[in-house]
Amino acid sequence: MVLGNDASSSSLSNKNLSVLVVDDDPLIRMLHDNYLKHFGLKPLVVENGKEAVDLFQLGTSFDLILMDKEMPIMNGVEATKALRDMGATSMIVGVTSRGSPSEMQAFMEAGLDFCFEKPLTFDMIDFILKELNVNDDDDTNN
Amino acid sequence: MESSHLRQQIAAMRQSFFDEEILDGQFCQLERLENRGNPNFVEEVLTMYFRDSTTLLQTVEQEIETDTIDLAKVDMMLHKFKGSSASIGANKVRNNITKTRQLLEEGNLEGAKLAFRELRMEHDNLRAKLEPYFQQQLRQVGPVETATRPKGSDHA
Repeated sequence: MVLGNDASSSSLSNKNLSVLVVDDDPLIRMLHDNYLKHFGLKPLVVENGKEAVDLFQLGTSFDLILMDKEMPIMNGVEATKALRDMGATSMIVGVTSRGSPSEMQAFMEAGLDFCFEKPLTFDMIDFILKELNVNDDDDTNN
Repeated sequence: MESSHLRQQIAAMRQSFFDEEILDGQFCQLERLENRGNPNFVEEVLTMYFRDSTTLLQTVEQEIETDTIDLAKVDMMLHKFKGSSASIGANKVRNNITKTRQLLEEGNLEGAKLAFRELRMEHDNLRAKLEPYFQQQLRQVGPVETATRPKGSDHA
């Protein structure tokens, strides 16, 4: 995928986007947090799927959720299904080390919008933010 | 002059990591995250990585040397390790993790033990190469001095 230099994902337009990072690995949480901050976002970061679901049950909603697949307590598949069952309309993007097509397909079927194999890159975030902005434009026009 | 020589040394060290395929392009992504507000980000990430990886490798080694290996547990640990290694651009380490996991999956325990030893070697080699690289970078930055106004120079 070839993208411009953060062409469609300026820090200003991203400021109002709410983002949640869900991953049990502290290193990955730190990395994803910093990647998103690079784009002007201020993500909330949690350690497993249950924490993400609990937040939603408390009434917190997010424009974007980056969801790991393998996590203790509640994994990414279970959390994604639970969030969708509760009516979450967030863009949920799976970011997993389980890269086989069948594993990614199973994760997608839980209710993801997109699924990427780790590691996360600037291009992936740029793509996601473009998609988010497109969805935003569509909602405005309808 | 000395500063220029040091910069060249650091650049050469960095290039060697890619030439030897110890690191891949993902490391460059990490470097892009460094900024004025976070000047030691890469080093912080790598310190965290090696702190966790050292413990993990010890645990895996103990596990695979037992008579009754918990294969699911070892696979899960190596799976996580693969994710963090890929995320910092540790190319050879990641490849060796994949090889070890594959051999375990195939039931080739002796092969997996050999592959794991290679994995440990690559991991230790990566650390041995990165430590002097960051030390050289510190030398380049030098001691940080905070600018202070001379007394009596404040103007309204």
